[in-house]
Amino acid sequence: MQISTNPWVWLGVFFTFSVLSFLYKDNPFYKLAEHVTVGVSIGYFMVIWWTNTVNPRFIIPVFENGDYYLIIPAIMGLMMVLRIVPKWSWLSRYAICFTVGAGAGMGIPRSMQASVLRQLESTMLHLGFGTTTGINNIVIFIGVLAVLIYFFFSKEHKGVFGGAAKLGIWFLMVGFGATFGYTVMARLSLFIGRVLFILQDFLGIPLAG
Amino acid sequence: MAELKQERTFWERLILIDRRVIYLIIALAMTLPFFFQMGLPIPATKEVQDIYDHIEALTPSDVVIISADFDPSVSPELLPMFDALFRHCLKAGVKVMAMSLAVQGPGLIEPVIHDAAKDYNKTNGLDYAFLGWQYGFTLVIMNMMEDLKQTFPVDYYGTRTVDLPILQGVETFADYDLIVSLAGSAVYMNWLLYAHEPYNVPLACGVTAVSAADVYPYIQSGQFLGMLGGLKGAAEYETLIEEKRMATMGMEAQNWAHIIIILFIIIGNIGYLIIGRKK
Repeated sequence: MQISTNPWVWLGVFFTFSVLSFLYKDNPFYKLAEHVTVGVSIGYFMVIWWTNTVNPRFIIPVFENGDYYLIIPAIMGLMMVLRIVPKWSWLSRYAICFTVGAGAGMGIPRSMQASVLRQLESTMLHLGFGTTTGINNIVIFIGVLAVLIYFFFSKEHKGVFGGAAKLGIWFLMVGFGATFGYTVMARLSLFIGRVLFILQDFLGIPLAG
Repeated sequence: MAELKQERTFWERLILIDRRVIYLIIALAMTLPFFFQMGLPIPATKEVQDIYDHIEALTPSDVVIISADFDPSVSPELLPMFDALFRHCLKAGVKVMAMSLAVQGPGLIEPVIHDAAKDYNKTNGLDYAFLGWQYGFTLVIMNMMEDLKQTFPVDYYGTRTVDLPILQGVETFADYDLIVSLAGSAVYMNWLLYAHEPYNVPLACGVTAVSAADVYPYIQSGQFLGMLGGLKGAAEYETLIEEKRMATMGMEAQNWAHIIIILFIIIGNIGYLIIGRKK
C-alpha cells in the first residue's frame, strides 16, 4: 500500500466521501460538493466552448478572414440571450422559432424513418416453430401487437381485446424488470468506479485483475 | 395500549431495517471482492461479439471512429469500453479516430489514449487520430458526414487535420467503416438519425446499463450492429481482446452486489408475504 501524495487525488477522495455522505443524511459537505460540481462544470464548458468554438469559428473568421456572413447567426445567438432582459425578451422568440423550425425539419423525417418505419419493418418477420429465431420472432410479433393493444384506449379493454391488453401489460412488466435490473447494474458500476479510484489511485493497493 | 406495546416479529423488523444498513452491506459486498477475486467467467454476448467481429474483419486502410459522448458522471461504465475498443483497434491495425460530442469527454479519454498508444507502440497522427470535441451534437455529425477535416480543423493537440497522415484520403461518410458512439445519454440516437439512416454508415454503440434496454429494438432491426451495455459489456469486450482491465476487475464486485440484492429482494418479498398473511 502506498498512499498517494498527489493533492488532486486527495481532493478527489474528499469529494467522493462528501457526495457519498448524502447516503447517511444531507449535510454541508454534500452541498459543497454539489455546488463545486456545478460551478466547475460550467466554468470548464465556458473555457472549452470559447477556445474550441467561438474563437476559431467566429472571432478569427470574422475579424481576420472577413467572413462577415457569420455575424447573422451570431446576432441570432445574442437574441436568444436577450431572454434574460425582460424589455427585450420578445426578440428571443425569433431565434427560438428558427431553431425549433430547423430542428423539427431535420429531425421529424429522420425520426419517422429510424424509429417508426424501420421499427415496423423489423416486426415483419419469418414466423415459425422450427428454429430459435422463428420462436423469437413469434414472441416479438405477439409482444408488439399486445403492447400496442394495451395503449389503444378508444375501445374498452374487455373480452379478447382485454385479454390481449393484459398480455401487453405482462410484456411491459418484463421490459420494466429488465430496465430496473440494468439500472441497478448501472448505479453499482458508478460506485465500483469510486471504489477502484480509492483503492488504486489513493491507497495504491495492487488489485488482482 | 397493549397493542402498541406488542413486540415486532423478526420479519417486521427486517422490513423496517434502516436503509443505511443496506448501503453498508452493499458497500462491503462491492469492496471485498477486489481483494478476493474468484475469476468468474465473463462470456461475450452476441451484441458485443458482433462489434468485435466487425472490427476483426476490417483491413488496415479501414476507418473506425469512436466517439466518447460522455462526461465524468458515467465514466466508470463507459471509459472501460473506450479503453477496450481503442486497444482492439490499435491491435487490429485499423485507422482509429477518437472524438467526443461531450465537452468533458476529451479530458477523460486522453490518458487512456496515451496509455494504449504507449502499450502498442503507436504514434498519434500516423496510427490514430484524436480529434477532440466540437460544439453542436447533431450539427457536428451532419458536418462530418460531408467533410471531416472541415468539421475538425485541428485535432486535440492543435495540429491541423489536413496535415495528419492518417487522415489522408479520409473525407466523408463513404470513408467510415464503423462508428461507435459511447453515450452517457440518448446521443447514440443522433448518430442513428444523422449518420446511419441517411448514409448507411455501420453503427454500434456503448451505453450505460440504464439505457441498454432501450437500444435492443434498434439492434433487432439491424440499425445498430452491436452494443456494449454497461460495465458488463466492457468486461465482455475485455475478455474478447484478452486484456483483463478495469471492467473485468469491477465485474467481480458487480456480481457479488447482484447476489446480495437478489437475496434482499427474496427476503423482503418473503417478509411481505408472511406479514400480509398475518394481517
